[in-house]
Amino acid sequence: MATLTKQQIGSVLAKQGILIAFAVFIVAFTVANPKFLSVDNVFSVVRSSAILGVMALGVTFVVISGNLDLSVGSMMSFSTIVVLDLHDQIGPLLAIPAMFAMTMCLGAFIGFLVGYLRLNSLIVTLGMLSAIHGLTLTYSGGQNMDIADKEGTWFSVFGQGTALGIPVPIVIFAGLAALLGIVLAKTAFGRKVYAVGGNGTAATFSGIKRARTVFTCYVISAACVATAGLIQASRSLGSQNTVGQGLELEVLAAVILGGASLLGGAGTIFKTVIGVLILGFIQNGLLLMGLQFYVQFVVTWVIIILAVWLDIAAKRGKLWSPIA
Amino acid sequence: MTDAKPVLHLDDIVKTFPGVRALDGVSFSVMPGEVHALMGENGAGKSTLMKVLGGIYQPDGGAIYMGNDKVVMAGPLEAKAKGIVFIHQELSLAEELSVAENIYLGELPRKRFGRVDWATLTERTDAILKKLNVGFDAKTRVGDLSIANQQMVEIARALTVDAKAVIFDEPTASLTDAEKVVLFDVISDLKSEGVGIIYISHRMEEIFKITDRISILRDGQYQGTVATADTDEEAVTQMMIGRTLDLSRNTSHHELGDVALEVRGLSCGKLYKDVSFEVRRGEVVGFYGLVGAGRTEIAETLFGLRDPSAGKILLDGEEVRIASPADAIARGISLVPEDRKGQGLVLGMNCRDNMTLPQVDDLKAGPFVAEGAEIAIFDQYRDRLDIRTPGWKQQVGNLSGGNQQKIVIGKWLSMHPNVLIVDEPTRGIDVGSKSEIHKLLRELAAQGYAVMVISSEMPEVLHVSDRIVAMYSGQIMRTFTSEEVTEDNLIQAISGIKSGQAA
Repeated sequence: MATLTKQQIGSVLAKQGILIAFAVFIVAFTVANPKFLSVDNVFSVVRSSAILGVMALGVTFVVISGNLDLSVGSMMSFSTIVVLDLHDQIGPLLAIPAMFAMTMCLGAFIGFLVGYLRLNSLIVTLGMLSAIHGLTLTYSGGQNMDIADKEGTWFSVFGQGTALGIPVPIVIFAGLAALLGIVLAKTAFGRKVYAVGGNGTAATFSGIKRARTVFTCYVISAACVATAGLIQASRSLGSQNTVGQGLELEVLAAVILGGASLLGGAGTIFKTVIGVLILGFIQNGLLLMGLQFYVQFVVTWVIIILAVWLDIAAKRGKLWSPIA
Repeated sequence: MTDAKPVLHLDDIVKTFPGVRALDGVSFSVMPGEVHALMGENGAGKSTLMKVLGGIYQPDGGAIYMGNDKVVMAGPLEAKAKGIVFIHQELSLAEELSVAENIYLGELPRKRFGRVDWATLTERTDAILKKLNVGFDAKTRVGDLSIANQQMVEIARALTVDAKAVIFDEPTASLTDAEKVVLFDVISDLKSEGVGIIYISHRMEEIFKITDRISILRDGQYQGTVATADTDEEAVTQMMIGRTLDLSRNTSHHELGDVALEVRGLSCGKLYKDVSFEVRRGEVVGFYGLVGAGRTEIAETLFGLRDPSAGKILLDGEEVRIASPADAIARGISLVPEDRKGQGLVLGMNCRDNMTLPQVDDLKAGPFVAEGAEIAIFDQYRDRLDIRTPGWKQQVGNLSGGNQQKIVIGKWLSMHPNVLIVDEPTRGIDVGSKSEIHKLLRELAAQGYAVMVISSEMPEVLHVSDRIVAMYSGQIMRTFTSEEVTEDNLIQAISGIKSGQAA
């Protein structure tokens, strides 16, 4: 009977571990600082997580399909710089679709290399991280980009506006999460993403076009990056050309924290959203506790390792496995 | 043997999982120098029992004795240290290492400063390999060996410890007939050295050839032990499934329809050459041959996974080019592949999603997948194929092998194909499910499907086929009707014996 209970606890931990961890963090931080759960603070955390979150939604597709995307950080810098530059040249109405098209072309290129040429996604996207960075610097001539008339443009609505009292970045994040959540869970395409990531050979034997599925995942990821770039540009109306640097790791961390398997085939949009929020709340909680900003980098990483470890431990029912 | 102590005795073993009593008071003993068969349908508890014996699971009740001593198997290493050795169905070898390194992995002989003593290693390994009478040496890379020879490496590994009991789990699943002979020789050597052997297999002819006693499990319960000499297939089957088995040969022929599939002079590089045959609606054509005869490659070509280098494929009399599996499916060809875990299933997905995967684009409710329709398809084939699972949400990886195979078959039947190709449809499946699948293949033909069955098991081919195509080394040697085929002429054909030439 005792073992049965232990097994049950194990299986609850394995399935709901991420939610339990989330609840524990919130309670602990709230006890440490009652301001933590105030409406203002929650809004501020979610709003500042929105950019990261939007990117994580797209990367979730890529990871479930069994691949990686490390290029999203520098791709986000690219989108931000491009849309700011085009804003003054052709106006925001045209700048936005033009920027989306250019960013999605980059995604399509990666999708072609990984999907159709079957190159290793780690190498391809690591290379693209560097290549897109160079492209951005070339495009901007190494200069920061600013909108000339910061007061007189409606472009600021995506980053600074509110809808029914809710900040627009949160609305975009929530809306996109709902949309992509449905795509992944309810459509034939979503099913194929799981199949390709779970067992690519079996997917091929079931008549699924594997290359096309992987390709589409990267295009979706790029579209999410473009959306993130739009929010970023709109919020600051001016930007350095390294604004997205390092975000690829935070995005990946949020996706893993949400429990998507790096081997592919497992994960959900809902869990990724939870992963994004956990990451956001931890970083915010540390700031409220008066720790220096730089401490975040260390603590965040420690927590990710813990999360992955507990996930694995719950699956095998032991904290560590001396045999393997 | 009468007053000898059993090398291994399992007493009243109980193992429960949440909601299931997987083993319910199982007892049996293995005497020294005995080959003891353990039989039961898939899900009867054989694997669980072996995991208890190997220290992977701890029993909830009962005890294990070796000789006179009660032992507790705390883990796999302890089981091995006590002289209990497993030869698994799925091999666990490092392909990039040599045979010698694999055999002594973790226990390589050392010289000073931790350097490997290669000379001793090679010498010891070659001594063992000589005993096994195999055609490779200590330095061969394991990845270059055939599956059968890899299995020999596993067996050689077992011989390095002082084995008291050796457990063979479906050892012949991927062996050819000639390779089986070698394996059986090894088993009889072990036997003469006084080792107790537990032999798990679904293949009746092997059980009756090499075992001394048979213990039978059904639904986690011990059904009894019988001396092999005192029983027959029918009695054993009855104990396993609680009813008698239909072993009659195929004599019923259905009304044949038009030619659904015709292949003319098809070749694919060195894999197969100048292959021609036709399959009519209402007909089951069996493809029999040794592993590597090119049968699977023909199936893969027809399913769009390989490009033929010459020849024509005609569907309903019309020449077609099949560029991809998606193309094949669209033209009404279904393939139940050879390797159900690698090619047939996404193990982490649930039963329903696996079953409807090839048609997920067609099951639409607006922009979404019509889950109601999917569940209806799953329910229909679960009932028709008697798939045992708690529900469609169950991950396929948690099902037994037989039920997994039925999911794959259901997946392709639900596509209502014109041509159904099944490659090794009953590999690693219990007797009861096997005869159900055979019956199903006959029924499908009766309903007007054109069916191609590729199998390495002669009884299976004989049992289901209207005609049998015998292949040897990439070529069709002869095509038999079920009236003219005999075991002898079939074996001759697949061994390439023609005009006095010996194999």
